[in-house]
Amino acid sequence: MEIVKDAVAGTLESSDALVRIGPSPEPGLHLTLESVVKAQFGEAIDQLARATLAQLGITQALIAIDDKGALACVLRARVQAAALRAAGKEPSEWSLPG
Amino acid sequence: MKLRRSMLFIPGANAAMLSTSFVYGADAVMFDLEDAVALREKDSARLLVFHALQHPFYQEVEKVVRINPLDTPFGLADLEAVVRAGVDIIRLPKTNGVEDVQQLEAEVARIEAACGREVGSTRLMAAIESAQGVVNAVAIARSSPRMVAIALAAFDYVMDMQTSRGDGSELFYARCAVLHAARVAGIAAYDVVWSDVNDDAGFLREVEQVRRLGFDGKSLVNPRQIALLHQAYAPTQQEVEYAREVVVAADEAARQGLGVISLNGKMIDGPIVLHAQRVLSRAAGGIRE
Repeated sequence: MEIVKDAVAGTLESSDALVRIGPSPEPGLHLTLESVVKAQFGEAIDQLARATLAQLGITQALIAIDDKGALACVLRARVQAAALRAAGKEPSEWSLPG
Repeated sequence: MKLRRSMLFIPGANAAMLSTSFVYGADAVMFDLEDAVALREKDSARLLVFHALQHPFYQEVEKVVRINPLDTPFGLADLEAVVRAGVDIIRLPKTNGVEDVQQLEAEVARIEAACGREVGSTRLMAAIESAQGVVNAVAIARSSPRMVAIALAAFDYVMDMQTSRGDGSELFYARCAVLHAARVAGIAAYDVVWSDVNDDAGFLREVEQVRRLGFDGKSLVNPRQIALLHQAYAPTQQEVEYAREVVVAADEAARQGLGVISLNGKMIDGPIVLHAQRVLSRAAGGIRE
């Protein structure tokens, strides 16, 4: 799946995350993270976001996550929503991993 | 006997509420993808609900999702997501007739088969929101073996009837019609939401009214209403003790092969035993203080 435009999903409310995804001039996933729990869970959030994008077949993108203490299921949903919007797609196959 | 006293509405786009609503102790949570979600957030709310449904936090609570109507661009996508995510019950809004249920049922069966879920395992709930729906309530309630409940929704209904919310008299016919339909079909009946969350006295007056009519419970918009509702529906200690005596007497009569059940010299018949069993089910959720 190719990222073709900038897109955002989520909010900056408590227990949510704001995820921005856009095209990258360089190959790879370039991720920046702000989180209220970065010291404890920064690595886990980074890995979750990369795994979620990999499952969608996204290998080249700029990603910025501003996390306000979201659960993993919320983060995954926000990353997927931002990625699908940035790729200009609807989820055509509802076998997205839980 | 499954308790269906409280069904708590959770806006599908609200991450914080989706992350916490399991703690409030409602009999069912209802993730809303319809009116509570702005058009531009339909896609992200669907994904949030898709993942929340699979979270272990929600394993023990009955999970309902109100999808968008199937004649909108969102309804079928909602259904594809939530059936695959393991939803317990689909709440179909604006159910006007049997054909609405049949269309939904066909799509649900197709998705179940496609994703490997047992066909028939997704249950349905019809929301009645129009005069047409009220008139067709019996047929709707009996339209599918998947149907487990029917719910009256007041906002659109009073608009359709060219009136507005008042003291409850504007809903009297609809409440009775929906409730009779549920009883004929042997399914649960949910009453309307009480939207003024700061008016506990008004809420409790309405709860008492619908409890006495026979409703199983209400749709709720605020977690604060759950404890109030459960307390109002809880039996008294005296009712529980009598119900226990009735059930013991019925068991004893069955053991002895007696056709007639007697308790303290009075004959007890089947409906009284059934009522006693319902009282004990409700007692499991608490005794009225």
